[in-house]
Amino acid sequence: MINLEIPKKFKPLVNQANQVAQEVFRPISRKYDEAEHSYPKELDMLASLIDGMNEGSEIGGAGATGVRRESNGEGDGGNRNGSNLSTVLGIIELCWGDVGLLLSMPRQGLGNSAIASVATEEQLEHYGGKWAAMAITEPEAGSDSASIRTTAELDGDEYVLNGEKIFVTSGDRADLIVVWASLDRSAGRAAIKSFIVERDNPGLKLDRLEHKLGIRASDTANFTLQDCRVPKEALLGSSDVEDKKGFGGAMQTFDNTRPLVAAMAVGVTRAALEEARARLAEAGVEIDYDTPALSQSAAAARFLEMESDYEAAHLLTLQAAWMADNDKPNSLQASMAKAKAGRTCVEVALGCVELCGSLGYGENDLLEKWARDAKILDIFEGTQQIQLLIVARQLLGKSSSELR
Amino acid sequence: MTVTEEKGMAERSMGLGLRWLSKLAGSDLLDRIRIRKQVERALFTGTKNGFRSATAAGRTFKAAQRLTGPARQAPSKPRALFDISPDDEQQMLKEGVRDFAEAKVRPVAKQSDFDKAAPAEVLAQANELGINMLGVPEELGGVMHEQAAVTSVLIGEALAHGDMGIAYAALAPGAVATAIGHWGTAEQEATYLPAFTGEETPAAALAILEPRPLFDPLALDAKARRDGEDWVLDGVKSLVARPGDCELFVVAAEAEGLGPALFVIESGASGLSTEPEPAMGLRPAATGRLLLEGVRLPAAALMAEGKREAYVECVQRARVAWCSLTVGAAQAVLDYVIPYVNERTAFGEPISNRQAVAFGVSDIGIESDGMRLATYRAASRADQGREFAREASLARRLCAQKGMQIGSEGVQLLGGHGFVKEHPVERWYRDLRAAGVMEGALLV
Repeated sequence: MINLEIPKKFKPLVNQANQVAQEVFRPISRKYDEAEHSYPKELDMLASLIDGMNEGSEIGGAGATGVRRESNGEGDGGNRNGSNLSTVLGIIELCWGDVGLLLSMPRQGLGNSAIASVATEEQLEHYGGKWAAMAITEPEAGSDSASIRTTAELDGDEYVLNGEKIFVTSGDRADLIVVWASLDRSAGRAAIKSFIVERDNPGLKLDRLEHKLGIRASDTANFTLQDCRVPKEALLGSSDVEDKKGFGGAMQTFDNTRPLVAAMAVGVTRAALEEARARLAEAGVEIDYDTPALSQSAAAARFLEMESDYEAAHLLTLQAAWMADNDKPNSLQASMAKAKAGRTCVEVALGCVELCGSLGYGENDLLEKWARDAKILDIFEGTQQIQLLIVARQLLGKSSSELR
Repeated sequence: MTVTEEKGMAERSMGLGLRWLSKLAGSDLLDRIRIRKQVERALFTGTKNGFRSATAAGRTFKAAQRLTGPARQAPSKPRALFDISPDDEQQMLKEGVRDFAEAKVRPVAKQSDFDKAAPAEVLAQANELGINMLGVPEELGGVMHEQAAVTSVLIGEALAHGDMGIAYAALAPGAVATAIGHWGTAEQEATYLPAFTGEETPAAALAILEPRPLFDPLALDAKARRDGEDWVLDGVKSLVARPGDCELFVVAAEAEGLGPALFVIESGASGLSTEPEPAMGLRPAATGRLLLEGVRLPAAALMAEGKREAYVECVQRARVAWCSLTVGAAQAVLDYVIPYVNERTAFGEPISNRQAVAFGVSDIGIESDGMRLATYRAASRADQGREFAREASLARRLCAQKGMQIGSEGVQLLGGHGFVKEHPVERWYRDLRAAGVMEGALLV
């Protein structure tokens, strides 16, 4: 039975996340935007709190509990609202507070999500409870993750990793880095595997931290891997190069995390809209839902247009998560959500800055910060263009060699 | 005066006018005195008025039973869980209508567009599917115990996948039944609703839109003034589906002392006339104007005691209905361009191998899915008795904007072939622009 409202059972979670965003994130938002590279120590207490929540209930934090398909909630007549949906709802609220701080949450990294999603029981036991970042991108391989040059060679009971990794979110702060590397560069994407590397591994050298346009609370690290030795057991998933599912498995992490990034974009979008609406109201512009947009002021009409894009982005995101909860293949919908939410977030945040004039542009308010933060959401975890490619291939029934 | 007599007169006067017109046009007098434009404009208006005709004589509506109070469909129970799947019944209805749209509607869409009329048998068959009685309460012979906005949306979407203009023509009578089922008095329900559940259901139209720029349904030009116990209505309504065939109208007018309100008007009322108003799209609905000149109505013609909330809800429900048609037509564009761009080759390979083309398809897919979800959300809130002004408004904005873009992209992807009538995309381009224009006329 069609119902696109937030399920009642997740209302407490949403309220809780909203309070964290309001009481913890927003007050320190500007501080860590300015103090780039300094660790937001306020998050430690919060992280412990969220660890407790993860164990006690299906209430997820930033999605690091992973997106195992079996972890679904109970349903009515086959319909399930489970951890995918609850995680997305939590992230929306937290990113309404501050997306940079969410990305800095200890033990909530993308690496955690990968580990939680594909690790064996032994690996879970060994690496559980630690903060894991994810290292995929290289100077010469961004969206084209199949062409990564970092290599992994088996030497006795150890793999030896060599290469260069950039744009590693929380790379400096995390305990573990999930590194993507190729077992055999001539074997193409099937040979690409992910390896768990301890942050204090002597073969893992931090080159520098990036200075960025936005999400400055989150550290972004560049590494060199030089004869970096990890135990055989550090390989995530199957080690078989013939196993075509290998790369698919790695990429599958993205199918599962795309809705999460879409959710981040939805949260930032809503923050910008709410702020702009309040400012417009102070200026005497009220948004009326019954009067046609074009019969209202230009500002109100613009606002309605932006809010309608937000509505679509929001619902596409919930749809992708709901499909995952219900074991429906959602690769298409996940990319649709990411594409729509990513571009909407940028357009709306920048649009709200314009609507609010110097109030929006100045640093007294957070609108300008959200507009800077927004841009990364249309880039990482697959750029707008990559999402459009995935959507197009699915709709047109094309392979990646036909539609490149 | 009967319709045939009126048409005969109109035709005769047109014949005289045309002879006069060609004589005048051939003379260079107009150019010499620089009034050609004005005269042509006057002639155009005159010609249109030449086609003006009385509304259909219509049947006699009589209350079949006495109700103690108005019967209403109950709101559905609030849903606890998020869900995008229709229930089994809805799924069945949706598939049935979709099949019908594919087998019966799409094949006649091109000709109906050309004819400015949908085949009567297709409209009759659509009606047999029960699509026009979804808003009729069970007590009055309806089939739906609970409110059926979501079901209506699914049906509108499925039907418009066949053709948006035929969907408009087919669903327009249902809007009147739904309006009376929602906001009619007990007497209005007993008088008019049984006709919508029988074999020969009447053509009918919910007329809100008026011909002026920046039309706002909350600020109507049409006026209803009090005269003793009666109401007297004056005004012009625009893009009404098949107004000449309608036996019953629900018309919006600014009611003296009350604000915008709905009135039930039988087609035989004196002072009521129609004239053709063909538009760029929705042509199978034979759109026309409904003219009200001193139309005198009894006090009992007023709906919902003129309550503003009822009228506003009607406007909102109409917007959701138009969204559903837009979603269906947008999906039709997507389903059509996919095989086309895969089969069409240029520079030695399918044009869909190019990102510039493929991304156009992606955007149609993404935006139409967003439109669909926003529309479903608004309808589902309506069924559950929740506020849905925001959701209806946002769905409309989305459908108006993206629907138009999708129509345009559909033609673009076919290039010159999209511009000619060999392919349906040019028709969808015209139809999809309606999403931002139409008010009233359909209901969920």
